[in-house]
Amino acid sequence: MSAVIDSHSDDHHHGPAKGITRWLYTTNHKDIGTLYLWFSFLMLFLGGAMAMVIRAELFEPGSQIVSPEFYNQMLTNHGLIMVFGAVMPAFVGLANWIIPMQIGAPDMALPRMNNLSFWILPVAFGILISTFFMEGGGPNFGWTFYAPLSTTYAPPTVTFFIFAVHIMGASSIMGSINIITTILNMRAPGMTFMKMPLFTWTWLITAYLLIAVMPVLAGAVTMMLMDIHFGTSFFNAAGGGDPVLFQHIFWFFGHPEVYIMILPAFGIVSHIIETFSRKPIFGYTSMVYAIASIALLSFIVWAHHMFTVGMPIAGELFFMYTTMLIAIPTGVKVFNWLSTMFKGSISFETPMLFSIAFVALFTIGGLSGLMLAIAPADFQYHDTYFVVAHFHYVLVPGAIFGIIAGVYYWLPKWTGNMYDEVLGKTHFWMSFISVNITFFPMHFVGLAGMPRRIPDYALQFADFNMVISIGAFIFGLTQLLFLFVILKSIFAGKQATTKVWEGAKGLEWTVASPAPYHTFETPPEVK
Amino acid sequence: MKAATKTNLKLVSLVLGMFCFGFALVPIYDVFCEITGLNGKVSGPTITEYDENFNSREIKILFVTKNNENMAWNFTSEKRVLDAETGTAYTVDYTFENPTEYPMVAQAIPSVSPGKGAQYFHKTECFCFEEQLLQPGEKLTMPVRFIIDPDLPSDVPVLTLGYTLFDITESHIKLQVSK
Repeated sequence: MSAVIDSHSDDHHHGPAKGITRWLYTTNHKDIGTLYLWFSFLMLFLGGAMAMVIRAELFEPGSQIVSPEFYNQMLTNHGLIMVFGAVMPAFVGLANWIIPMQIGAPDMALPRMNNLSFWILPVAFGILISTFFMEGGGPNFGWTFYAPLSTTYAPPTVTFFIFAVHIMGASSIMGSINIITTILNMRAPGMTFMKMPLFTWTWLITAYLLIAVMPVLAGAVTMMLMDIHFGTSFFNAAGGGDPVLFQHIFWFFGHPEVYIMILPAFGIVSHIIETFSRKPIFGYTSMVYAIASIALLSFIVWAHHMFTVGMPIAGELFFMYTTMLIAIPTGVKVFNWLSTMFKGSISFETPMLFSIAFVALFTIGGLSGLMLAIAPADFQYHDTYFVVAHFHYVLVPGAIFGIIAGVYYWLPKWTGNMYDEVLGKTHFWMSFISVNITFFPMHFVGLAGMPRRIPDYALQFADFNMVISIGAFIFGLTQLLFLFVILKSIFAGKQATTKVWEGAKGLEWTVASPAPYHTFETPPEVK
Repeated sequence: MKAATKTNLKLVSLVLGMFCFGFALVPIYDVFCEITGLNGKVSGPTITEYDENFNSREIKILFVTKNNENMAWNFTSEKRVLDAETGTAYTVDYTFENPTEYPMVAQAIPSVSPGKGAQYFHKTECFCFEEQLLQPGEKLTMPVRFIIDPDLPSDVPVLTLGYTLFDITESHIKLQVSK
């Protein structure tokens, strides 16, 4: 019997299985990380293509290319796919690849569930996208799917949408349980909590946020399902329900969700800035406490998304002050990054460029967030392009630049080859310039009164919208260059050293490049 | 792996707990609004007696009627404005008319604004406590009886009582069928 087991485990040591079954049956954290990352990249292009349709339609005033009904579907699915399909799985992919290597664990704690939580994702998005080919078309009620738009007035395909959201939620919850169990139980001997790398820290807290709010989202869509099919009236005023309740439940999920999409980026950027400044991160302990306080505050600020529903003044004040409180831990983080760079011996490789841009542009998004937090002023900004500018500044040059920076940073560890630095820098500068051309003018048209979620607009917004569209097309095309850089690094490029970066610290830089299929089968000692 | 199993169980129960919490938000929301009077919610029938010695003051009450989308009934109140005094009972009549060729069931949902005044608006009788069934062409007049609490904060000079009329024929039929 032992002979059978031996030969079996020998197989594993020789490396991955061949062919498609390697990916279908894999329980290896690196394989699953790779799957997550490629899947999110595919979704980035799909959601991006929808953004291109939106910007093409808004290139000039008037109805240009698509019908308003189809425009609404593009807008809704752009949001859903980017949030649930691109940003979240990309972070889970990075977590799968990096966390076990950062904490010196051989794999994730629950490798089979890891496989399941990835493979139900393509199913969920397959269901979501299939609604486009059904009668009534895809979801068209905005990514926030407010009732009654998503119940009484929804297309018949909304049931498929609900099912897809349930599956995405299940995937996120399983992924989070896996990450928490891994971090809590599988750290190398000697790695205490306050020695944990910051990316691991941010993900530990993010995973708790996910576990706390994804079930609430599941509850919200279940209530929608019951309202639509089983005659309940959770959100239907005629039956004693309340549509405003939907907004409360949604944003109780939604606000922690936006931090879920940014906290891991904080961790990535912290690593990159300390590596390329050749200094340890400034204020490690305050970084950890700042992340934890941002996460806790995220549960008591949700109604700042709904200042205009007719809340009493006490509510407006409460949510305004708590929201502004978040600026304090966030400010701590920004100043810590700046202090880390201060008097550092900085070099500007592509990951560092993206990280510096992250700090600068995320701060712009944070400041417009503070403007939106002012309840009386929000009545002007609410549902305008100013809001669109705000959340794209924190999500595109925030979350997505963070992910891109992380990919460049760890790519040599994954592929064993250095990426092409010239192409990487080209990718950065093209992205940096076009992202600002795209999103900065949105502040102006928003303040001037252009509402969001419309297929057409008043003539005075025409010039800025053309500029925005041109910026968006350049940004979209530039990401094809990113794909090329990654492919090139997989197949060719200078051999990467074990340490890759001169200033790199941490256990993941002690394994060979490319990282062997199995790492840390005997746990390293952390001093 | 004993420790890991323990962690997993804790996390799974957290997931289940938060799923239930999502549903618990529904009654929490209602109770919270009722206690605080936020959201313009008023409590059910209340009968309030006051001493002779309360300080009554003048207050203006506005009546608003609105049909929900696709609701075909004519729905009006006998007056739009009432100059009232706190602590005195008033009756206002509302008229419903079903101009369609089908029997229909309707439900009126009240809302009092400003929200902070809602808990001082005591209704002793209201058509909104029940559903209305009208045959084609039928017309019905029903009253609202109310008293404004003398404790109403002095910075509320005007109260608006709004009703939105909803067509609930369909869900009514569904309910009948399931019974």
